[in-house]
Amino acid sequence: MIKLNNLTKYFGEKKVLQGVNLDIPDGESLAVIGPSGCGKSTLLRLILRIEEPTSGSVLINGRDISRLDEDQLIAVREKIGMVFQSGALFDSLTVFENVAFALREHSKLSEREIARVVREKLKMVELEGTETLMPDELSGGMQKRVGIARALAFDPSIILYDEPTTGLDPITSVNIENLMVKLSRELKSTSVVVTHVMQTVYKTAERVVMLHEGRFIEVGTPEEAQKARDPIVRKFVTGGKE
Amino acid sequence: MLQYLEELGQISQLAWAVILGIFSGKTKIKLTLEQIVKIGYESIPLALAASAFVGMVFALQVATEFVKFGAGKYVGGIMSIAMARELGPALAGIVIAARVAASITAEIGTMKVTEQIEALQALGTNPVRYLVIPRFIACALMLPVLTIASDVVGFLGGYLVGIFVIHINPVEYMETARSMLTMWDVWGGLIKTVVFGMLIAIIACYRGLTTKGGAKGVGEATTSSVVTALITIFVVNYFLSIAFFK
Repeated sequence: MIKLNNLTKYFGEKKVLQGVNLDIPDGESLAVIGPSGCGKSTLLRLILRIEEPTSGSVLINGRDISRLDEDQLIAVREKIGMVFQSGALFDSLTVFENVAFALREHSKLSEREIARVVREKLKMVELEGTETLMPDELSGGMQKRVGIARALAFDPSIILYDEPTTGLDPITSVNIENLMVKLSRELKSTSVVVTHVMQTVYKTAERVVMLHEGRFIEVGTPEEAQKARDPIVRKFVTGGKE
Repeated sequence: MLQYLEELGQISQLAWAVILGIFSGKTKIKLTLEQIVKIGYESIPLALAASAFVGMVFALQVATEFVKFGAGKYVGGIMSIAMARELGPALAGIVIAARVAASITAEIGTMKVTEQIEALQALGTNPVRYLVIPRFIACALMLPVLTIASDVVGFLGGYLVGIFVIHINPVEYMETARSMLTMWDVWGGLIKTVVFGMLIAIIACYRGLTTKGGAKGVGEATTSSVVTALITIFVVNYFLSIAFFK
């Protein structure tokens, strides 16, 4: 369970989040929509405590993450997988080393066991045989999938996706969306998808909220989003065509 | 002014985090060894070339003038003191500031703008421990090593010019060096370089970690890193020299 309590984040004068509250139950696939630059990615960084909130709190399974020391925070982060917009693969490491990174850093698994886990994760994202490749030898879609495999290393109970299909061609986007749905089903994980691509929302989300001027607008299910009456939501969902 | 003070505060915070990290005993040995090779070993050719030629030209200028006053035999002593106290440490510092500070900032800055630093955090890894501490230790350890090499090569460069170009007596060159150079000259110079190494690493890592924007931001951060590191070395060198040798 992820709980945002009166969460506020300012960057200087810019008010990105203004006291937002949100509950994300276990196993739910939530999409957070909104225009570029509205603070969606900041929200994910706050959930991971990569950013510190100006005020308010984030509770993961009932624990306020702002009160955790470094070791406790690492333990929480092991249970959260983050898929970055740019892939954010370590460009000096191979695909294998990228996926193995957290296991080598935080687990006591032997190299043999790590190799088994890495192969298993790469199989989940249908990238077997790419272990020795460097990130710059991969296409954008493959980089995203390696990023997903890396995020899955510790079998996270929460997966955060930052614009998972932005900048990808339609076929690759559909492949990534299918993968997200498959993972959600197989891992029974909670997922938070931050995106402005409505196709991804319709395909992967169970519930949708829109971030507008630092506050959430509850939209409902993807089907309800398509029929939304709120003019702000409607304009976003239809791309301003109506 | 306010921005400058704010940056100084942030650099101090980073330095404090590094010191705490080192004393917490969680230093990553493998990464530190990699950086020692990258920062120290791979800088040796440049440091030695710079020291040899600076030593040679310094000897040329000093010896030419000293011979005019009949003080040619003191060239060895002056060369040894100059190399140990100032030229060796300064040259090693400049080489590391130019070559390594640029490389550190560009590497960490690129990681910053491509979200790799955030990915490290997301994977439960502290960027200070993973990136900064290994570079900090490597710079602080390898700068004195490079300085010893620079001292020797610069002194020998001066010897070659003094003996074969200015025709100074080689025995007198070595003898005055032996009698005028004290161990404190060498130690003082080496201690200065430990400080230089720590400052270069902190400045370069800080600039990398605070890089904004894309390729342009990385370029600007890299330039700023080298300029800041060089100026810092020159200023700190002056005050340390007063403290150690005055």
